[in-house]
Amino acid sequence: MAAPAAPATAGRIALRHRLADRGMDRTLLLLVPAVVFIVALFIYPFVYGLQLSFQPQPGSETVQRYGSGPFADYHAFFADSYLRNTIWTTLKLSLPAGLFNVIASVPIAYRMRGKFRGKRTITTILVVPITLGTVLTAEGLLAFMGPTGWLNRLLIDVGIVDHPVRFTHNYWGVLFSLIISGFPFAFLLTLSYLSGIDPTLERAAATLGAGWWQRFRFITLPLLAPGLAITFCLTFVLAFSVFPSAVMVGDPSGTTRVISIAAFHAAFEQYDYSMASAIAMIMGAVELIVVGLVLGWRASLYRGASGGKG
Amino acid sequence: MSGSKISELRLDHVSRGFGEVLALDGLDLTIEGGEFVALLGPSGCGKSTALNCLAGLLPLTGGSITLDGRRIDTLPPEQRGFGMVFQNYALFPHMSVRANIGFGLKMAKVGKAEAQRRVDEAVRLVQLGDHAAKFPGQLSGGQQQRVAIARAIVLEPALVLMDEPLSNLDAKLRLEMRTEIRRIHQTLGLTTVYVTHDQEEALSLADRLVLLREGKVQQVGPPETVYTEPANRFVAGFMGYRNELELPVSPGSGTAVGDKTVVLGDLTGTRREDLGETAVAAIRPEDFTVGDGPNAMEVDVEVVEFQGREQAVQARTAGGDELHLRVQARLAPGDRVTVSVPPERVLVFAADSPAAPEEVA
Ligand SMILES: Nc1ncnc2c1ncn2[C@@H]1O[C@H](COP(=O)(O)OP(=O)(O)O)[C@@H](O)[C@H]1O
Ligand SMILES: [Mg+2]
Repeated sequence: MAAPAAPATAGRIALRHRLADRGMDRTLLLLVPAVVFIVALFIYPFVYGLQLSFQPQPGSETVQRYGSGPFADYHAFFADSYLRNTIWTTLKLSLPAGLFNVIASVPIAYRMRGKFRGKRTITTILVVPITLGTVLTAEGLLAFMGPTGWLNRLLIDVGIVDHPVRFTHNYWGVLFSLIISGFPFAFLLTLSYLSGIDPTLERAAATLGAGWWQRFRFITLPLLAPGLAITFCLTFVLAFSVFPSAVMVGDPSGTTRVISIAAFHAAFEQYDYSMASAIAMIMGAVELIVVGLVLGWRASLYRGASGGKG
Repeated sequence: MSGSKISELRLDHVSRGFGEVLALDGLDLTIEGGEFVALLGPSGCGKSTALNCLAGLLPLTGGSITLDGRRIDTLPPEQRGFGMVFQNYALFPHMSVRANIGFGLKMAKVGKAEAQRRVDEAVRLVQLGDHAAKFPGQLSGGQQQRVAIARAIVLEPALVLMDEPLSNLDAKLRLEMRTEIRRIHQTLGLTTVYVTHDQEEALSLADRLVLLREGKVQQVGPPETVYTEPANRFVAGFMGYRNELELPVSPGSGTAVGDKTVVLGDLTGTRREDLGETAVAAIRPEDFTVGDGPNAMEVDVEVVEFQGREQAVQARTAGGDELHLRVQARLAPGDRVTVSVPPERVLVFAADSPAAPEEVA
């Protein structure tokens, strides 16, 4: 009785072929650890926080003022200007920091894309701040730019100023620290995007009469722009969740009361986890909006191959 | 648009070193307006280096380049006004075909209407009419090559430089584009320097060949001369003298200066340079004929390849030397036949002069 068996086998083979056609085969199983990892470390906490943010904590200030509806915590956040304004405070820090990091990394990476002696040393020096972490960077900043730091002593000795200039414990201190810790990322990313652009394109442009600025403006920049958009998004997101430096070198109850401080305050000083979750969700939403806008702009650019080779 | 814009481009002892190595060693060459010159040599012989020095993409380490009496080797590439076609085409991927071709005109600040007219003309010349609005990524290799050529010639540059422009194409397309390049040169008459490692390409395209080996010029001349009278063993190997038989020079026969004929063992050949004790006889596969005649020798047929009207035959002489033949006679492996070759087709070089690399010989 081989006849009835045959169609069944054929059906199985056909199914496997159809799946393979859509890129599904057994090697997909290799993705299982990654999926488990993402679910455990990202999706579960996110879903947990999301549902928590819709369950205002009984007895909290939110419940007393705005009731215990699912959106009471969100309502409380936007009704309270002290909380609401943390969004602007954070954007005022993270947007300039992200923008500066991207813009500053372009000329430096552009100069450094070729091979030359000492490139590795310079790259290492530029990248060291990543390994230091934000706390150490903030301490260094205090020692260097604080009221009795070297910078102020130098300025006073040279006679440029009479009194120490306040570089720390204000907006500028945090911005500096965001630039110091975000720039290496921006630089490394920009450098790798740049080295993905075929250098003969600029040579071709040169033989067609384009000077260095025109080569940069018409060839390199347009090919680099999509990469710069991604770089901006990454440094922006890093800067948006700023916490240690906003506290250490900033003015955490005033001009640098960023949104993560508000979340920390809700969670660990008021023990209102539901409010803290709501703030975290708002934080994520703001980041998503900015990233979405940037990526939307990126979608309008040329994003194909850039003839890349090292 | 036709006719060359220059009357003379002179390269005087142009050299370029990379560290210790001289990639280009004292290149002397005078190119006349409208000429098509091919730089030919194996990979790594300095062809691209020479072209990049001409384009201004590589500074010279010695020598000078003058265009109609004006020294140009210190000018940056954007001020030389030479068009260049790159091996990988180097089309701007984010610009349409039209924008690619028009880029040079835009840099030269040519007016919109005029630029449009010239781009149209170039698009027509390279027969890209249907594809002008596409992007490079949407084109085949041959079409990309046409865009690269159009982009380089639309400015009617004083000099067009091409670096192995056909080496990324398949065999059929290569032949097609070769004809195309020749046609464009005949139409526009632009002075062209063309780099290739393919002798057939160089012979069929160029008015004059420059053979390079390890950065040094081996021979300069029109294709016919280089083909029939190679200056040395290296050039001979490059020009299809695939068989090289190393033989002792017979006493008293071929060493006399002025006498072109030389006897090597059983062979009689034509001397091309001063010889020592032993010499090398270089013979083209297609110069052999089956049957008795001058320089007759008996060979055993080992391998036969069908190649249409002819057969490519690998045979072995009684002395154990391997011979490559191209003959019309139908041979079979195992045959023992007599082949012959006229003395003027046997070129004799000193045995210690350098040979061409295996893959081209
Ligand atoms: N940028 C470079 N640095 C060091 N050596 C180089 C460089 N470019 C070329 N060379 C050397 O110069 C020689 C000639 O190279 P090239 O002109 O590219 O040869 P071709 O184009 O004839 O294949 C080669 O030996 C190559 O290794
Ligand atoms: Mg080359």
